[in-house]
Amino acid sequence: MSVAMLNLTEVVLNGLMAGIMYALVALGFVLIFKASGIFNFAQGVMALFAALTLVGLQTGQVPFAHLINAIFGTNIHHFGWTLPAFLAVILTLCVMVAFAWAFEALVLKHLVNQEPIILFMATIGLAYFLEGFGDLLWGADIKAINLGIPSGGSFWWEDVTREWAPEGSDYWGMYIDKLDVVATVVAIVLVTSLTLFAQYTRMGRALRAVADDHQAALSVGISLRTIWVVVWSIAGFVALVAGVMWGAKSGVQFSLSLIALKALPVLILGGFTSIPGAIVGGLIIGVGEKVAEFYIGPLVGGAIENWFAYVVALVFLLFRPQGLFGERIIERV
Amino acid sequence: MRLTKLIAATAVATACAVGPALAELVVPLLSYRTGPYAPSGIPYADGYTDYFTLLNERDGGINGEPVRLVECETGYNTEKGVECYESTKGEGALVYHPLSTGITYQLIPKATADGIPVHSMGYGRTSAADGTVFEWIFNYPGTYWDAASIIVKHILDEEGGDLNGKKLALIYHNSAYGKEPIRTLEELAKKHGYELTLLPVDHPGQEQKSQWLQIRRDRPDYVIMWGWGVMNAVAVQEAANIRYPMDHFIGVWWSGSENDVMPAGQGADGYKSIAFHAPGSDFPLYDDLKKHVYDAGKAAGAGDQIGSVLYNRGMYAAITIAEGIRKAQEIHDTKELTPAQMRDGLENSVISEERWAELGLPGFAPAVEVSCANHGGPGLGAIQQWNASEKTWTLITDFVGSDREVVDPLIKEDSAAYAQEAGITPRSCDS
Repeated sequence: MSVAMLNLTEVVLNGLMAGIMYALVALGFVLIFKASGIFNFAQGVMALFAALTLVGLQTGQVPFAHLINAIFGTNIHHFGWTLPAFLAVILTLCVMVAFAWAFEALVLKHLVNQEPIILFMATIGLAYFLEGFGDLLWGADIKAINLGIPSGGSFWWEDVTREWAPEGSDYWGMYIDKLDVVATVVAIVLVTSLTLFAQYTRMGRALRAVADDHQAALSVGISLRTIWVVVWSIAGFVALVAGVMWGAKSGVQFSLSLIALKALPVLILGGFTSIPGAIVGGLIIGVGEKVAEFYIGPLVGGAIENWFAYVVALVFLLFRPQGLFGERIIERV
Repeated sequence: MRLTKLIAATAVATACAVGPALAELVVPLLSYRTGPYAPSGIPYADGYTDYFTLLNERDGGINGEPVRLVECETGYNTEKGVECYESTKGEGALVYHPLSTGITYQLIPKATADGIPVHSMGYGRTSAADGTVFEWIFNYPGTYWDAASIIVKHILDEEGGDLNGKKLALIYHNSAYGKEPIRTLEELAKKHGYELTLLPVDHPGQEQKSQWLQIRRDRPDYVIMWGWGVMNAVAVQEAANIRYPMDHFIGVWWSGSENDVMPAGQGADGYKSIAFHAPGSDFPLYDDLKKHVYDAGKAAGAGDQIGSVLYNRGMYAAITIAEGIRKAQEIHDTKELTPAQMRDGLENSVISEERWAELGLPGFAPAVEVSCANHGGPGLGAIQQWNASEKTWTLITDFVGSDREVVDPLIKEDSAAYAQEAGITPRSCDS
């Protein structure tokens, strides 16, 4: 294989894997939108909050340490213990479930039957609250995440692919980040689990019933409030996965909330109501923007991948407004 | 008559009760303790605040006049920064440190019209170093173009003085800030014969796979970084991932803090950046800070940033202000200052090596001297390197100057263009 072709393959592979990372964020949006018709503006901040909580719990950070020290004149920051990663993940999940329950009880319950725009605005408020609360709870400093997830280029893959280049060519081998491979495996497991959950469990069927028709689901005795708590809990879990994967790249810091921007073109392309759509949308956006940045970028001054993703999404929007896998919009008079 | 007496008596009694009004030196602090750039904004703001707290607690202010800090949160957002400026300038603000190149660009015409000095220390518009055009703007002790030139000088040293045929790449924040060094690096490329590749990264810089795949394919001999916030940490991580030699990866002074290298762990070992002051807390001033600020429970923020690179940077900024105030008080023989007098103080600032030692910071930074024509200061920088095992930055070179032959004409050209655009007649600094 020629070096140019190997380079193209490398860019496409890395684009696919970046797409998986975007899809991880988009999944959280899809789950909530599908079940409740709410576009959750706070999904990115939820990923940040989950990752902050995970690192805080794992490293034995004292919650509200800054506040406690300011009020009582103390100087405490850590409990002095470190939790095993598995236990920290479980505890973080408990926090996200508690968060889902509290948000339902304090906000959503009071907004039943309100217009979608009102619910959307509630999530804007939630985003800002959660960001400030996360800051107060765990502090704004950058935290390194340590769950033992492998990262860095794979030497094995480099060695294998180096053999594919023509003899005598100065080719280093193909680059793949081990973290991206882990993210891909996690995404596959996540989507499979969510699909099985939705298809084969009683709660999953209830979720689908609510997604199809709120009123009909209520009429057969499905509790909308319970469903909302479950859906927001699952979205919290997905946010944790996304937060961990993105946080492993850059450290857990407040810009993590901006990863939501990467999910928007994926949602436009894949549709707001389809889990496979989020994955396929992510893959198309990932490959599209990476190929564009790598091959077209240098010709036009670079930094085109952000807006290029939105251009791709807009083109799809013109032909399929509901997205690739979204439900067809049929208005009956 | 009785009423008149009563009014007069009341006025006297009130005056006696209140006493003479206590003058203050009002110094605004445009900070960002929230948002995506908070991890960089917090240590800077803490260092800045703690130094003024020390002066107030230990010395009762500057020459007996207390300093009042007015902190305003910008979130590193240009619009909010301008709002902060507008809402605080009426309080008698003496000088602004915008801590953002974007905000600085917006404040240049405003502050010039209002007659309030702006000190964009090591950031902002590089050509503001020309004091004949930018009367109210200062950017000492060095500019971005100085930084670019010193980095290239270091690379020249590493390569035995010859960069012919070498490849250099600049990975930069795709903003006014990130684009600042391009012109200088292009001019230096003509002079030294290296090939320059430009790799912009869009805000916030969380995803840089394409840029690092390009670096991996093109294999530049050195990569220079002009980043800020999360972009720095991701770039260092990606460089480690592709096994780019970290000692050939050099950042500007805003890409060389603990925040930028800690997330990459051991992978960041050997990464370099330019600096205009020393890192760490091994200076006598820290004993005073401990006694009067930290132990007294008066430290800013959580008190957990002490001695970090950006904490020291914030402290450096506060020192330039404090020394400017002292000079202004000396020139105008008054303790209460106006912004115009403050401008004079900044323009005549001298912080000699002896003065750094008197301040409790021997060897912390090279001497600084500002003048009417030169608002950019000495333009000196040293290279520091990260040791991931010890989690410390260490200066590995002396402080050296930039290539004035290249930098000065660029400053003159850009400031002349600005003067023409803004209708400014450059003042004479000959007298």
